[in-house]
Amino acid sequence: MSVTLDIRLKRANKIYHEGETVAGVIVLVCKEPLQHHGISLNMEGLVNLQLSSKSVGVFEAFYNSVKYTLRCDMKRSLLAKDLSRNCEFIVHCQPQKAKVIPTPVNFTITPGTLQNTRERSLLPKFLIRGHLDATSCVISQPLTGEVVVENSDVPIKSIELQLVRVETCGCAEGYARDATEIQNIQIAEGDVCHGLSIPIYMVFPRLFTCPTLETTNFKVEFEVNIVVVLHDDHLITENFPLKLCRV
Amino acid sequence: SAVSEKVRTRLEELDDLEEVGFCPHRCVCIHQDYANRIVEPNQSLKEAWSSDQKVKALKIVIQSCLFLGRLVYDRIWTMCSDSGPLPDSFTVEDVNDTAKETCLNWFFKIASIRELLPRLYVEAAILKCNRFLNKSDIQETLPRLTAMIRGIGDPLVAAYARAYLCRVGMEVAPHLKDSLNRNFFDLLGTFQQISGESVQSQLVQQRVEVPEYLTLYSPAISWILQCIAYRAPEPLLMEMMERCKKLGNNALLLNSVMRAFRPEFVAARAADFIGMIKDCDEAGFPKHLLFGSLGRSLACADPPESERLTILNEAWKVITKVRSPQDYINCAEIWVEFTCRHFTKREVNTILADIIKHMTPDRAFEDAYPQLQSVIRKILTYFHDFSILFSTERFLPFLDMFQKDSVRVEVCRAIMEVFIKHQVELTRDPVILNAMLHICKAMHDSVTDFFICVALTLEDERRSLALLIIGFIRMVSFGRDFEQQLSFCVEARATFCNLEPVLVQLIHTVNQLAMETRRVMRGSHSRKTAAFVRACAAYSYITIPSLSNIFSRLSLYLLSGQVALANQCLSQADAFLKAAVSILAEVPRSISVEGKIRSSESFLLDFISNFLATLLVVPDHPEHGVLYLVRGLLNMVQDYTWEDNSDAKVRVYVSALPLLAAMSQETYLYCIPKVDSNETLYGGDPKFLSELNKLCETLIGQILDHLKALGRDEHSARRQSALAFSLFGVLLAHGDLRNNKLSQLAVNLWNLSHKQGHCETRISVRTLEYIKHQAQQPDMTHLSDTVQRLALQSRT
Repeated sequence: MSVTLDIRLKRANKIYHEGETVAGVIVLVCKEPLQHHGISLNMEGLVNLQLSSKSVGVFEAFYNSVKYTLRCDMKRSLLAKDLSRNCEFIVHCQPQKAKVIPTPVNFTITPGTLQNTRERSLLPKFLIRGHLDATSCVISQPLTGEVVVENSDVPIKSIELQLVRVETCGCAEGYARDATEIQNIQIAEGDVCHGLSIPIYMVFPRLFTCPTLETTNFKVEFEVNIVVVLHDDHLITENFPLKLCRV
Repeated sequence: SAVSEKVRTRLEELDDLEEVGFCPHRCVCIHQDYANRIVEPNQSLKEAWSSDQKVKALKIVIQSCLFLGRLVYDRIWTMCSDSGPLPDSFTVEDVNDTAKETCLNWFFKIASIRELLPRLYVEAAILKCNRFLNKSDIQETLPRLTAMIRGIGDPLVAAYARAYLCRVGMEVAPHLKDSLNRNFFDLLGTFQQISGESVQSQLVQQRVEVPEYLTLYSPAISWILQCIAYRAPEPLLMEMMERCKKLGNNALLLNSVMRAFRPEFVAARAADFIGMIKDCDEAGFPKHLLFGSLGRSLACADPPESERLTILNEAWKVITKVRSPQDYINCAEIWVEFTCRHFTKREVNTILADIIKHMTPDRAFEDAYPQLQSVIRKILTYFHDFSILFSTERFLPFLDMFQKDSVRVEVCRAIMEVFIKHQVELTRDPVILNAMLHICKAMHDSVTDFFICVALTLEDERRSLALLIIGFIRMVSFGRDFEQQLSFCVEARATFCNLEPVLVQLIHTVNQLAMETRRVMRGSHSRKTAAFVRACAAYSYITIPSLSNIFSRLSLYLLSGQVALANQCLSQADAFLKAAVSILAEVPRSISVEGKIRSSESFLLDFISNFLATLLVVPDHPEHGVLYLVRGLLNMVQDYTWEDNSDAKVRVYVSALPLLAAMSQETYLYCIPKVDSNETLYGGDPKFLSELNKLCETLIGQILDHLKALGRDEHSARRQSALAFSLFGVLLAHGDLRNNKLSQLAVNLWNLSHKQGHCETRISVRTLEYIKHQAQQPDMTHLSDTVQRLALQSRT
């Protein structure tokens, strides 16, 4: 005899906020009458802290382990197996009340503006300009802006947007900082037309981003890199710290 | 081995898919199906790419995208409502949360695709799904995707991405014209890239010529322009044209403008366009393509009348200089339409001459049959007056370029079809006749050798060609000049000797001619017309033996005999009928009718009955004996090898009895004016009558013998009954039952036919009623005695 147990939440997107009720139904489908010793429902919230492999006793990252689950159990007689079902849901913190006023950030990249390069004289000539519409971003809105290749001696191979999450854990003993690339999308491929503005546009991935978080013991921050790859595989990177929030 | 086996089955699977076609319309895809469908375009994509058909490869990608888009849309659409599918005009409010969530999920997934091109194409593909989320979303997405294309470095790839986006945009939000324009302006903006270092060095590396490379853009640009031009106001088109003029590489754009904009728009400015084409750079986009595009517009819209001749002259000046025969004919073929539409046979003749001049060296025409055929088709569309068409000097020489048999037949057939459709009046125009004979001969001759290799279609092909030639023959009339008509038939016979249906038609035509002569002479021939109708008879007499179908021969002999008789050509009529009798023995027992083998018996019986009816009016030949033809026929019938267990022979005997009875009358039932039948010849001579009686006795004797033989076998009781009843019927209708012996025979036959209960009572009853009715007529009272002796079969 087949029996299926299912948890169906009322909210299709399964996103809840502090103070809200998680509502829905348990659906039990069976063809014949079914005996059981009660149905129970549990809710769990878990964070799995990852120990640093470098320094003993330091937590390094935890972002991907934050997890809220509903668990439904049905106890049955000795001979029949107990049934159980899990259902994950997402908890968003309360949106901010304050309005975010976007302030555009302009940038210009030339061989001269680059730090962290040993052979500045070997670099080909190029001039790349552009702007981000804002670095304080609403998490549900895309990151936007423009980039223009004004000129470049070497053809462009690719222009990419790299979104990086930086987690910092620490206490008196010291801090551990862990940066993870969570998304990399290409906005230009090949030798793009010079002087033509190319849109910067990136949607923040739902599962891998959260509002920027700063506490004394841990931080979750985000950065975006504009990466220009030249045809001779020179890599030019411009970094912008972001502040994400929910409104 | 196992591997090759696996590969083979895999290939077969792909073949199966091929049959279904990569047609995603409304198909319910299960996973395997879907996976296969993805594999298949992959395969064709690889093939297209490796065989250097880059544009085709792109088309496959676009196809796949459209397919995916439709799949996603349909899936979400079915999720939208729990209570049946949504109407097509749904709004966001009708969409439930689950569907919205799924849709949103798609957009999030796509937004995280790393590579630019796939992200762009997939998002464009599911553009329509924005309808599930928000009304304004499409309005925002289209410009965003348009801008996103700027990130594509390769201008050719970008152009096709734009074309695709325009295509999707037109489908999902046709009212959003701004994005179309934006795409076009961006495209113009990136044109500088073509002459840039990246593209140029790539071309050198891949050894692609610039003109060839530029033509790759054409479909994409034309499509974008077409979207823009669709129902666009004139000023917008003017603006677009101006922008194109100002740019480098404008030939490429010019070409697309001419292909995409309304033909009326182009036609009205044809002179301007010619000017612009002239100004284009020789080394860039090929000029013959430009003229080709212009020609295509002018084929469906008319430029101002005053400019037409200049346009033709200017265009042809360039076209005639195109060196490659293939390029030349592609362009020339387009302009034929314009020429035919507006000019006379003189100009068409000039163009035909030019084409012949270009395509003859090195037999270049061999690679251009489709285009050359199209030239003929276009001419045929506009020229329906065949006296004009055929007096166009270079028309027939043009046809001589079709040297491949199959193509020649096709072309001739096309001409014939138009001729038969449009030639309303009968004609004797020597220009038409000569040309048509030439064309028909070309068709006829190719039937003889060409179709040997395609035996399957042989019969059908021959038949349809024969029908066309027959159609032509029937349009030929020399009016009162009958002799001319006959000599035409003589020539036609020599020309079409391999097509039997045509020969049959010719015989009919000649017979008709003889009858027409008779009508004109009101039945009395002069010496001259008598000689002429004899010539007609001779024609048929010579022609009939060359037919292979025995029934055609038989019926034509009979028909021609009748015609000869009607024209008082007694010895000719005799010869025809004798010939018919003499070939009766050759009739096979089974013949093929429309591909099926059938017994020939019923055809033969029909023919003989018909033949017997004619014999009544044929006078005996003075040098042969009495009833020479009747005896001849009956002898043939007797000697013929009929089917086993068949009563056919005896049935012929039964049906000969009415003829003999009719012949013994004082005045015959029918006769032919000015021909003396046996009635006059013998004038009721007792010798003649006794000959008839003897013959009747012999026949009846034979029939009775046969009835007896049937009686020996109980299985043939039904046959015996039917035969006896039919002889009874003949005796009743044609015999003199006052004769006691005959009357007794009739009664016996009645009884015999009713003995075994195989007679249909209804018919028996009706027959009895008829006899009773007849008995009341004067001179027929003797029948009342007979009828009393006829008993109905008891119904036990």
